[in-house]
Amino acid sequence: MSEPISSTSKHTVTPKSSVSVLFAGDSGDGMQLTGTQFANTVAVYGADLNTFPNFPSEIRAPAGTISGVSGFQLQFGSKPVYTPGARFDVMVAMNAAALKANIKDLHRGGIIVACTEGFDEKNLKLSGYPDGANPLEDGSLSNYIVLQVPVLQLTREALKETGLSNKEIDRCKNMFVLGLLYWMYNLPIDITTEMLHSKFGKNSAIAEANIRAIKAGYYFGDETEIFANLGRFDISPSKQHGLYRRVTGNEACAIGLTAAAMKAGLKLFLGSYPITPATEILQTLAKFKKFGVKTFQAEDEIAGVVTSIGAAYGGALAATNTSGPGLALKTEALGLAVILELPLVVINVQRGGPSTGLPTKPEQSDLMMAMYGRHGDAPMPIVAASSPVDCFYATYEAARIAIEHMTPVMCLTDGYLALSSEPWKVETGEHLADIKAGIMPERNPEDLPFLPYKRDERLVRPWAIPGTRGLEHRIGGLEKQHETGHVSHDPDNHEFMTRMRAEKIEKIADHIPLQTIDNGPENGDLLVLGWGSSYGAIKTAVEQAIEKGHSVAHAHLRYLNPFPKNLAELMSRYKKVLIPENNNGQLVHLIRDKYLFAPVSFTKVKGLPFNEMEILEKITDIIKEL
Amino acid sequence: MPDNDISMPTTPVLTAKDFASDQEPKWCPGCGDHAVLQQLKNVMPDLGLPPEEIVFISGIGCSSRLPYYMATYGVHGIHGRALPMASGLKTARPELSVWVATGDGDALSIGGNHFIHTLRRNLDLNVVLFNNEIYGLTKGQYSPTTKLGLKTVTSPNGVIDHPFNTAALTLGSGGTFFARAMDRDGKLLRSILLRAAQHKGTSLVEIYQNCPIFNNSAFEAFAGQENKDERTVYVENGMPLVFGKFRQKGIRLDGSTPVVVDLSKGDFSENDLWIHNERDIFKANLLARFFDDPLTVENFLPRPFGVFYVEDRMSYEEALIAQIGLAQKKGEGTLEELLKGDNSYKIK
Repeated sequence: MSEPISSTSKHTVTPKSSVSVLFAGDSGDGMQLTGTQFANTVAVYGADLNTFPNFPSEIRAPAGTISGVSGFQLQFGSKPVYTPGARFDVMVAMNAAALKANIKDLHRGGIIVACTEGFDEKNLKLSGYPDGANPLEDGSLSNYIVLQVPVLQLTREALKETGLSNKEIDRCKNMFVLGLLYWMYNLPIDITTEMLHSKFGKNSAIAEANIRAIKAGYYFGDETEIFANLGRFDISPSKQHGLYRRVTGNEACAIGLTAAAMKAGLKLFLGSYPITPATEILQTLAKFKKFGVKTFQAEDEIAGVVTSIGAAYGGALAATNTSGPGLALKTEALGLAVILELPLVVINVQRGGPSTGLPTKPEQSDLMMAMYGRHGDAPMPIVAASSPVDCFYATYEAARIAIEHMTPVMCLTDGYLALSSEPWKVETGEHLADIKAGIMPERNPEDLPFLPYKRDERLVRPWAIPGTRGLEHRIGGLEKQHETGHVSHDPDNHEFMTRMRAEKIEKIADHIPLQTIDNGPENGDLLVLGWGSSYGAIKTAVEQAIEKGHSVAHAHLRYLNPFPKNLAELMSRYKKVLIPENNNGQLVHLIRDKYLFAPVSFTKVKGLPFNEMEILEKITDIIKEL
Repeated sequence: MPDNDISMPTTPVLTAKDFASDQEPKWCPGCGDHAVLQQLKNVMPDLGLPPEEIVFISGIGCSSRLPYYMATYGVHGIHGRALPMASGLKTARPELSVWVATGDGDALSIGGNHFIHTLRRNLDLNVVLFNNEIYGLTKGQYSPTTKLGLKTVTSPNGVIDHPFNTAALTLGSGGTFFARAMDRDGKLLRSILLRAAQHKGTSLVEIYQNCPIFNNSAFEAFAGQENKDERTVYVENGMPLVFGKFRQKGIRLDGSTPVVVDLSKGDFSENDLWIHNERDIFKANLLARFFDDPLTVENFLPRPFGVFYVEDRMSYEEALIAQIGLAQKKGEGTLEELLKGDNSYKIK
């Protein structure tokens, strides 16, 4: 057990309301682990936070190059934070490539913690600096505070008597940096040391070496002269008392599906095929056997969705998760799910497209595919998640609609939400909406024929599951006769059934809440209407615009099909409506199509989420023209 | 209820008729599918299950209409995807008896990927593969089992795609049960379907099924009374491989090479012959390679029918249930445990 650590320094400690930090290094430098540990400590300490990992799609891109840079960004604060920060205040650069790739997003006057060994001749060359140029020495960083730390040398010194190999010692350098950052932000180290002990065991040499490196980094802050002017910083805890957990969007989706199944009294089945950035949903659910969850890693995307349809026929809450290219492969089966009228949750974790596109980068460009991307007239409800924690609620709601309205439902998240994390005050089961599965009870086979497509007042058909006496029936992809479900090629029946299926989805609008204003006046100059992961950026930008005295409001859509019934009326209360989207303008089309009304479209298709500054700038421009 | 109440309900004895739905089969007259449907209905009462515990799943194609004609649960799915549909259902509901009706196009072409993966997973499914060596529903295009050289609407100059050998493909995919039957041989078909139902794992039954419209007499080389005796061999566990109208021929293993020997000359007796062992994967693999076309190969090996191979291997769903059982050794997780997670922390 490590003894408690305390600083003996006489450094000043300056309070701050929030700070955004980027850990950047080579993909082999352990930046994701460093960032995650820092985030865990901040979370347990009680600050609000939002994290975002940013790494290349290659597992080990060439070391030292720009394409090999891996980053982990987080913002934490003593007030609520909704994004990882438009720009960062502090950047850890483990090598020259990390600096070069990220310097443009560092605030002017921001702090650079540079690992000097990463700026040797070889690294400078690999990252494309001209011969002889070194940003640490040539004055090009004069707008920033540069702290040069020989991290490797100091780690080696600290660990020289551990008996570990040089390679093992060098791998601890990220922990040295972590210790230094803990010192800078006056944070405890014991959350990380406890993790190391529980991961590697109490007497593990590796754990001890890592802890020694953390302490070396921490004490280096005390002893070195380089912090003499800067001092240390302190962010007071913001979260209210209570039990919390930190979740990524993908984890939240997995928990949401499982919770919905439990609440509905069903078993969860997930048919899935690994695809970035959706895979962690499968990975998380594969660990949920304790909760009776069955996961099926299928041979391909098609089998992923079709096994789920089979499970849904069998009475499970069935789901499949994927990303754009996988969704394309599933579309034929989704047509089947629509005509079978079985519950199914499809989680599409959107990424940059088309084709393989930008597989590790987020985008909101599958909205049109979610809405229209099927053969035939095959409408499907769509819900979207707005934050990592909201992935839980969006998925839960998707499952509720699927089960109660006997339909496949698309739940849209994206690569940003999927991998970002934030604290979540532990939810309780009783606060979750009830979910009523319309499973048909057994009946006497001698009674009148069972009608599998007889609809109730919501146009919903019964869920008749195998094993139930007296409900034996055959269904399929062929058009069905109204009520009996028998194969029918009758032209009038096909038109009738097509309209029934569409009306059934439209009627869901009667069973979802009206659209509300998230922030700002109930009527005014400008409404910023968002959907999906831009929530945090819009929220922050609108807060700032309101602070500046502008008449701006923010509404964020959970339901994209059907839209909430009051959406047109709500939009009409503002002089203008702005729709920011991480695509080439898709929601704008849907709104225009449905309401014959033209919002202002603001799009960004860079494989990067919006940041609050971009949106604030756009808001300001529009207000100026009013 | 009094002890002497004679009106106490008893499990009714079901017959084939109880498994016929109210829908009239829409297959062409003379289609082999009628015969297979009849044998499936015949074998259903032998399962000892009420109709509600049986599900027929199919893909697309003539044979995939079969679920509509069974008075059980059924789903007529999409082309090539019958096996994943059945796999999902069986995984979710292992207690159901799940049957798959599929064809050579459905299972081996558009659904080829699902075919190999389902076999290696070994879910307890009964797969009835109607092989008519042609696409019937789309009117006569060649399929992945069509013989080389056959002229069809999409191969006017003759097929140049080498055909699949279903038996070899099944065994190569790690299948645990393979049997072959002829549509018109009702007795053998029925006994094989029953064996398939009893096997705990994916049972693959290939049925040579005649399409009288687009590929008539494709199996005549093995089906005609004269041809049948001289060109086919019925394999039965523990019995020597004997065939011929007068049981005058046998298969002998010369090292690892199967050869046809004449039993009438006195050089060889049945004691010298290959004894069929349906548990022997090596022999099953040799048997699967009996794939000669008797019309073009001079010293052809007869085409085998019967159960080639049976292996007891834990099914996918059994293994999954075992893992879930282990994870729930200390009880099933509750909703509150799920929501709390195992990394929660208190802010004081």
